[in-house]
Amino acid sequence: MTPKYETHENDVLIIGAGGAGLRAAVEALAQGASVGVVCKSLLGKAHTVMAEGGIAAAMCNVDQADGWRTHFRDTMRGGKFLNNWRMAQLHAQESPDRVRELEQWGALFDRTETGDILQRAFGGHTFKRLCHVGDRTGLEMIRTLQDRGVQQGIDVYMECTITRLLKDGDRIAGAFGYWREQGRFVIFKAKSVIVATGGIGKAWKVTSNSWECTGDGMALAYEAGAELLDMEFVQFHPTGMVWPPGVQGLLVTEAVRGEGGILRNKNGERFMEKYDPKRMELSTRDVVARSIYTEVKEGRGSPHGGAFLDISHKQAEYVKRKLPSMYHQFKELADVDITKGPMEVGPTCHYMMGGIRVEAETGRTSVAGLYAAGEAAAGLHGANRLGGNSLSDLLVFGRRAGLAAAEHARAVGGPAVDSAQVDEAERQLLAPFERTTGENPYTIHGELQDMLQALVGIFRTEEDLVRALGELEKFKARAGLMRVEGSRLFNPGWHLSRDLQHMLVVAEAVTRSALARQESRGAHSRIDFPKTEDAWGKKNHVITRDGAAMRLVEVPVAEMPEELKQILAEDK
Amino acid sequence: MSDVTMRVFRGDRDGGGPVDYRVALTPGMVVLDALHAIQAHQAPDLAVRWNCKAAKCGSCSAEVNGRPRLACKTRMDALPLDKPITVYPLKAFPVIKDLVTDVSWNYKVNAKIPAFTPRPDVKWKMEQRDVDRVQEFRKCIECFLCQDVCHVLRDHGKKEQFGGPRFFVRVASLEMHPLDSVSRTKLLKEELGIGLCNITKCCTEVCPEEIHITDNAIIPLKERVVDEFYDPLTMLVRKIRGAKRD
Repeated sequence: MTPKYETHENDVLIIGAGGAGLRAAVEALAQGASVGVVCKSLLGKAHTVMAEGGIAAAMCNVDQADGWRTHFRDTMRGGKFLNNWRMAQLHAQESPDRVRELEQWGALFDRTETGDILQRAFGGHTFKRLCHVGDRTGLEMIRTLQDRGVQQGIDVYMECTITRLLKDGDRIAGAFGYWREQGRFVIFKAKSVIVATGGIGKAWKVTSNSWECTGDGMALAYEAGAELLDMEFVQFHPTGMVWPPGVQGLLVTEAVRGEGGILRNKNGERFMEKYDPKRMELSTRDVVARSIYTEVKEGRGSPHGGAFLDISHKQAEYVKRKLPSMYHQFKELADVDITKGPMEVGPTCHYMMGGIRVEAETGRTSVAGLYAAGEAAAGLHGANRLGGNSLSDLLVFGRRAGLAAAEHARAVGGPAVDSAQVDEAERQLLAPFERTTGENPYTIHGELQDMLQALVGIFRTEEDLVRALGELEKFKARAGLMRVEGSRLFNPGWHLSRDLQHMLVVAEAVTRSALARQESRGAHSRIDFPKTEDAWGKKNHVITRDGAAMRLVEVPVAEMPEELKQILAEDK
Repeated sequence: MSDVTMRVFRGDRDGGGPVDYRVALTPGMVVLDALHAIQAHQAPDLAVRWNCKAAKCGSCSAEVNGRPRLACKTRMDALPLDKPITVYPLKAFPVIKDLVTDVSWNYKVNAKIPAFTPRPDVKWKMEQRDVDRVQEFRKCIECFLCQDVCHVLRDHGKKEQFGGPRFFVRVASLEMHPLDSVSRTKLLKEELGIGLCNITKCCTEVCPEEIHITDNAIIPLKERVVDEFYDPLTMLVRKIRGAKRD
């Protein structure tokens, strides 16, 4: 390799240091691989930190009647049966062990009276299933995994952004990126690469996601030849803050409803009675989000365009103990005391069910040596994710990807890095500096967010989606001409200019998939096709790169074995 | 609503100074919103760390009107708006650019701390009341405001001898874990220099998670160190034997 680039070499390179990336790292290390973890932020700040409610795992500490079969069935039902059944099975079977492991590495969950891990109720889960630490479960998880990984000896490359996966022929060879701090370029050589970059929320205006969630991994994998699956399924969490403007979209944990919170419209009506009288506030997220949206649209919203969520009927001390960060968040940012009165909440772009298509057991993609796990990967959640199933997803499939990536690295020789690919990646990064005219990336990003919010939101129509595709072409043209000011030294405008390219790829994949699916299912709601159609329930969408164009094909949903069909058929 | 002046440090390792920006106030605005508005419209290369915008990740630490705070949690309407609001990087760490500082030293200190080590054959049962006091420490979001305000680090720069409040909190979370089996008192005394802390409680005052750093973490740890290394009887025995104090 040309000596002009700083180069690091690991058996396994993991992109992303959230729950999935760190769990993968711990496993790959345990397999004897040398492991590098690249993260856009400082270690421990990844978006997993924001996960609040808990980890879904049928531990049976509170409800003895629970078990993996019920968890499997809840997950499949929540996902409207588009899920990869094998992933849903593995997830339900393995998540209790993954939670116990966290405890053995030092995590401290809330306890039952008999001293076991306490579990709480959550939307779509038949039993009390979410292992939690108040409303900061994600922080506990990331800190535990981070400490474990560091102690076991991962190489951490902090504040580094990957802009391209490198290939040696058909196999993966590593990745190219830049250090955010100095703007210097860097090459990571690796036999296996795991994409664990999380979601895409930052492409929408109202989102619970941080600046990091720009779909990097999905776009990088797509560009490297991997497939994207079911990209139309974007989860809008029912409860984000709606006021004040600066915190619009910020997550209000589902644990508020899990602990007994009630939703009302401006007339004081408990409107979930209308939409899902059986499950009420603990219906699945797609249903609750649409219900709130509909109440607002029909003129029954709260003053700032949301619904009222009230937990103040519970003892103030209980609320402060079980929902401490919600208490502080509303008190400090919105001047609302949630122990005394209701919160105002509305839907916020939260989670991507779609993502990189992977093999269930290993997280392997269609590119040799490339793996994906966590939110960046697709399959487990189908058309809609249940709350709490994300953290367990990270643990179960992070571990499996780490295992498979380490095994792959043992079996293959070192790859060669192609300097032509590196040169091209460098040119792409530097181009915005060379222009003397052009738009500011912040302007383009803001308008992209507005457009997706308006045209590719909770409710979709063919007209809007076709318009969105046209708009995306214009955004691509504008992004190709944008200009970055300043130097390469820690320059957020420059960083955004690159992230924007990833968001555009992902946005196009979402829009194309949403346009093609002519039905409503889970998080995908078409006003022009309001029914859930059996025929569509047998099809997944797969997107691949075809030269410069995006190609979408339908593939049949894999047939599940008879014993699993039996589980789904059983009532309760 | 009216405009306000944000006086933001712009510069890097080679120096710099404050630059004024006028920003339009919006209801409920926090300092981080104002910084983002500057980025979007006036200075796209203004460097500031942030992630969650909800006081859960501890990325956006800065000194606002001279006080170490999380920018995402500091309401503009809680500050005097008739004069410029100053935003400076954390003083205890070297500036990289603008509001971004080099906090890598913290990660080096953290790596010295032996991990949670359960007792062999432990039963994984714990009472909530035993877990409560450790959960307080585990609320830490690593914003490093406590490190920034600690005079041992901030004014005396003793990064070689001293770990700082953040890592006393971390050690406390391990030492007081009901099922942990390792002692970290020697590390506290010799490598983390807990004796240098003279309990002025500045760290506790700035903690956005309201962890009682001094009372619940540092003082009990100091007591453990004293018990192990400075117990008069033990010292006497050592003196008689002519052994060097460990």
